[in-house]
Amino acid sequence: MTFVLTKNCEVQNMPQLEVARKHGAYASLEKLFARQPKDIIEEVKTSGLRGRGGAGFPTGMKWSFVPQNTGKPIYLVVNADESEPGTFKDRFLLERDPHLLIEGIIAASYAIGSHTAYVYFRGEFYRQWELFEKACAEARAAGLIGKNILGKGYDLEIYAHRGAGAYICGEETALLSSLEGGRGYPRIKPPFPAIEGLFACPTIVNNVETICAVPYIVREGGAGYRKFGTEKSSGTKLFSVCGHVKKPGVYEVPLGTPFKSFFKDYCGGTNGRPLKAVIVGGSSVPVLTAEQVMTMTLDYEAAQIAGTLLGSGGMIIVDDSVCAVEALADLARFYAHESCGQCTPCREGTGWSKKILDRLEAGRGEDSDISLLLQLADNMGGKTICTFADALAMPIRSWIKCFRTEFEDHLRLKTCPMKIGTLNSIRSS
Amino acid sequence: MKFQFTKEREAKLPNIFAKYPTKRAAMLPILWLVQEQEGWISEEAMQVVAAKLELAPGAVQEVVSFYTMFNRKPLGQHHIQVCNNFCCRLRGADWLVDYVKQKTGCKVGETSSDGRFHLSTVECLASCGTAPMMQINNDYYENLTPEKVDKILKDLT
Ligand SMILES: Cc1cc2nc3c(=O)[nH]c(=O)nc-3n(C[C@H](O)[C@H](O)[C@H](O)COP(=O)(O)O)c2cc1C
Ligand code: SF4
Ligand code: FES
Repeated sequence: MTFVLTKNCEVQNMPQLEVARKHGAYASLEKLFARQPKDIIEEVKTSGLRGRGGAGFPTGMKWSFVPQNTGKPIYLVVNADESEPGTFKDRFLLERDPHLLIEGIIAASYAIGSHTAYVYFRGEFYRQWELFEKACAEARAAGLIGKNILGKGYDLEIYAHRGAGAYICGEETALLSSLEGGRGYPRIKPPFPAIEGLFACPTIVNNVETICAVPYIVREGGAGYRKFGTEKSSGTKLFSVCGHVKKPGVYEVPLGTPFKSFFKDYCGGTNGRPLKAVIVGGSSVPVLTAEQVMTMTLDYEAAQIAGTLLGSGGMIIVDDSVCAVEALADLARFYAHESCGQCTPCREGTGWSKKILDRLEAGRGEDSDISLLLQLADNMGGKTICTFADALAMPIRSWIKCFRTEFEDHLRLKTCPMKIGTLNSIRSS
Repeated sequence: MKFQFTKEREAKLPNIFAKYPTKRAAMLPILWLVQEQEGWISEEAMQVVAAKLELAPGAVQEVVSFYTMFNRKPLGQHHIQVCNNFCCRLRGADWLVDYVKQKTGCKVGETSSDGRFHLSTVECLASCGTAPMMQINNDYYENLTPEKVDKILKDLT
C-alpha cells in the first residue's frame, strides 16, 4: 500500500522530469500560488504534520516562528544528512523521487517567505546529490526553479551542498555551522534557527521526508492529510527496517499502525529466531523488549507510553542471537567516535561508556560497572549543548533496564554467556 | 609541488561563490573540488583555498581535519569503505572487512603496496537494510557475498 510519500517510488525513471510530470509532479503548484503564504502555513498546521528528522516537532508551528519583518533573507535548509544508524528512508526518497522533494521545497519556501533553499547531503550521498542536481537542472529549464516561477512572480533558487563525513552534522545547528564553511559544531539554543540560523538569518531546517509530505498537504488540504494516522500523530511515516528481519526495506504506513501487524505483514517477521528487542526509531532511542513492542502502535503517543521515541523511523530488529552487552558496547563505540568533543560530559561520557562496556563484555567488568554506567548516563542527559549525549544516555538506560540480568551474568560468569552456551541453560544450571 | 586548480575547475569557482552570501560558505564545495582533482588535500592546496576564501590557512586546516571524508594524504586508486556499524553487523557483516583485507592485501587504514586500494571502515552509510555493504569511491555496493566482492574488485580498473 502506498500513500503520501512513496506513491511513485516504484515508477521507472521517476527522477526524469517528463516521467515525473506524467505522474503528477508539480501539480500542487497551481494551488500553492493561488493562496497566500500564511494560508499555506495554516494548512500545514491543520495537517498536524510533525518533523520526520527525529524530534517530531510540529512543522506548521515551526514555520510560523519565522519573523517576516527583519529585512534579512529567510532560508530553507533541507536536512539530507541521514546518518543515524538504522535509518535509510530519506535516501529512498532521494533516489526514487527527487522531484517530489523539489516540489516540497518550492511549497515550503513560498510558505515561509524564502527565496533561497539549501539541501545539505551527507558527503557519502554522492550519487543522490548528483541525481538531485540533475533534477534541479531540468526543473530550472522548465521554469520551476529560478526567477518568476511559472509566471507567478515568485523567485526561488535551490542549491545542493555536500557534507564531508561527520554524524553530528545532522544536528540542525551543527549542520548550519557546516554549511557556513566551518567545523560541524552544534550551537547553543536559543537562539533557535527560526530566529537566527544560517548566516544569522531566520532559517527553517526540515528533514527530507517532512518536506516531501508538503505537496500532498497543499493538494489535498490539511484535512486530507489527516485522513491518515491518529488524532495526535497524523499522516503517514516511513520506516526503514533492518537487522534480523525477513524483508528489510523502506515502508510507508499510516501512523497508528500496530507494530505487530506491520512486522508480520510488511517485514515478514524475523529470520526464524525469536525476537529479542526492537529499536523503533534509529540507534539513539530507547530499546524495547519483544513483549513491549508487540503491544505498541507506531505513533508518537504510543511510543512515549512504551518508553521510547519514533525518532527517525530507523527500525532495528534484534533476535535472541545477540548479546545485550555487546549490542550496547557497539552502539557506545559509535557515539564515542562521533562526539564532536565540545562538551565534557559528552566527550568523556561516551568514551568511558565504551570502555566500561568493552570490559564488561570481555568478562573483566567490576561489580560497580552497571551503576557506573547509569551514573554516566545521568551525567550525559540534558547537560550538553546538543542532544547527542542523550542519544547514548537513552540506549544505556534502556538496555540495562530491559536486559539487566544479562549485564549481571557477565559479571558473575566473568565472560559473555553467549560465547559459552545459551543463556537459559546457564541460568537453570 | 605547488597546487593549482585545472582550468576547467578554476572556471567553476565563480558559480560556487554565487550560491552563498559569504565566501567562507564555499569552503566545503571548494575542498571537494580539490579532492576530486588530487585525490587528497595537501597543505599547499589548503593555502590556495584559504587565499580564495580570504581566510587564514589555519581556518581551512581546522575544517579539513574535522571531516572524515577529506583525505590528508594520498590514498590508493580506489578507496574501499566497509561499514561495520551495528546494523550491518546484525546482518553478518563481520566477515566483510576480513575478506576485503585478504583480497586487497590492505590492513584497515592502509594502502595496498601496488597503490590500487585503500581500505577504511566507516560508520553507518544509510544502507543498513542491504547490508553487508561497502562504498568504493562514489558508489555503494550492497547485499554483498564473497562472490560479489570478488567480481567487484576484479571489475575495478
Ligand atoms: C545528533 C543528532 C543527529 C541528527 N541527525 C539528523 C539527520 O541525519 N537528519 C535529520 O533530518 N535530522 C537529524 N537530526 C534532527 C535535526 O536536528 C532537526 O531536528 C531536524 O532536521 C528538523 O527537521 P524536522 O523538523 O523536519 O524533523 C539530528 C539531531 C541530533 C541531535
Ligand atoms: S553534546 Fe556532544 S556532540 Fe553535542 S555539542 Fe556537546 S560534545 Fe558535541
Ligand atoms: S549500519 Fe551499515 S549501512 Fe547502516
